[in-house]
Amino acid sequence: MGEWIEACGSDDVEEEDVIRFDHAGRVFAIYRSPDDEYFATDGLCTHEHVSLADGLVMDEIIECPKHNGRFNYKTGEAKGAPVCVNLRTYRVKVEGGAVFVEV
Amino acid sequence: MTIAATSRDYSLIGRDSALAVANGLAAAEWYHTDVERKAMKALMQRSDGPAIRDTAIWIGAMVVFAGLGIWFWGSWIAVPFFLAYGVLYGSGGDSRWHECGHGTAFKTRWMNDVVYQIACFMMMRNPVTWRWSHARHHTDTIIVGRDPEISVMRPPDLLRVVLSFVGVLDVWHGLTDMVRNAAGVVSAEEKTFIPEMEQAKVVRVARIWAAIYAVTIVVAIAMGSWLPLVIVGGPRLYGAWHHVLTGLLQHGGLADNVTDHRLNSRSVLMNPVSRFIYWNMNYHVEHHMFPMVPYHALPKLHELIKHDLPAANSSMWDAYREMVPAFLRQLRNEDYFLKRELPATAKPYREELHGDAAAAE
Ligand code: FES
Repeated sequence: MGEWIEACGSDDVEEEDVIRFDHAGRVFAIYRSPDDEYFATDGLCTHEHVSLADGLVMDEIIECPKHNGRFNYKTGEAKGAPVCVNLRTYRVKVEGGAVFVEV
Repeated sequence: MTIAATSRDYSLIGRDSALAVANGLAAAEWYHTDVERKAMKALMQRSDGPAIRDTAIWIGAMVVFAGLGIWFWGSWIAVPFFLAYGVLYGSGGDSRWHECGHGTAFKTRWMNDVVYQIACFMMMRNPVTWRWSHARHHTDTIIVGRDPEISVMRPPDLLRVVLSFVGVLDVWHGLTDMVRNAAGVVSAEEKTFIPEMEQAKVVRVARIWAAIYAVTIVVAIAMGSWLPLVIVGGPRLYGAWHHVLTGLLQHGGLADNVTDHRLNSRSVLMNPVSRFIYWNMNYHVEHHMFPMVPYHALPKLHELIKHDLPAANSSMWDAYREMVPAFLRQLRNEDYFLKRELPATAKPYREELHGDAAAAE
């Protein structure tokens, strides 16, 4: 069991968008899907460690801003070149208007 | 004071490759103009409409021009039709390869993939190899020893530049790479940017293409006519000139080994026909800074960030007037480059990162 950490307010992320969350020297990406669910993954692309929070969320895909590599942010699955290594995902819960990530 | 010219080693496995890594130029942090997230998100939005329209015009025009060329085959009247067909194939294919490789042309993924495969075939660029080489071009733009897509190296090989207008060397390399890959050989340089798990795909595509070209040649021999090769493969030679004309301007004569696209890339205002063929890649600084922005939104991005960029050249003619003399000066001193002047509204170049380039006169 990991530790639940408060990452941001639930309104800090727009629908179908992503923000960056830094904690204990690690970078996370917090997503809000078009159907208003929250998800979290490692915040740096597995290709060249670029921050995914500058990328584009489309449905359940996050596209990396550097070389347009795509991941499914719900499962972490890398969807093809130039990303070949999956993203790590984290459990998320929303309580009292805040988004918590289990790290 | 005389400046001793340095000799650059462009090999991806050579001295300058190791130097770039040691100097922190490989996979470095690049300068970006500040753009509010909301505005950037709007610019990055994908849509199918513009690319479906442009692809229908592109393919439709190729079918019409090739059809008229075939109809008038044997007469001089066929020549202009094939010239038009050739440009759409051998130059329009370059920009479609590029934009669909980024996955930004269409919103729908399979549409990007289909046009990407077709354009790769037209341009004789292995879709796997070139996807990876282009990713490296974006990571390490014009970093000597790291960027596999530096079209004019220093000192410039002007014969090579001239030959590129008729695609001779590109076709030679495209075909020899295809035959080598089809024989199952992935080179040491290719292995520096193509991960192992992707290398089998390189070979598979090369074999399919080799079969298509073999069939085209057999048909040409059977018909006793050049026509099949004028339609398939040939336009990569006689239609390449426009993509070279526009492509040389992307980085030609500008700085190398810097981490600010304002120093090593050039935006040029162009006529609408060239912009259609080139799919707006004339906004090249903008594209490199924000590769997530689709081609059809680049004019808007240009308006949004031009206060922070060197002024775009006013025309291709204007850009060539500065680039050609720079090439000629680089023949005598390969360290010479054009420094792009920033407007007063721009954030200055970071001298601490690339002092020589930022301070050069
Ligand atoms: S850094 Fe993310 S796709 Fe290359």
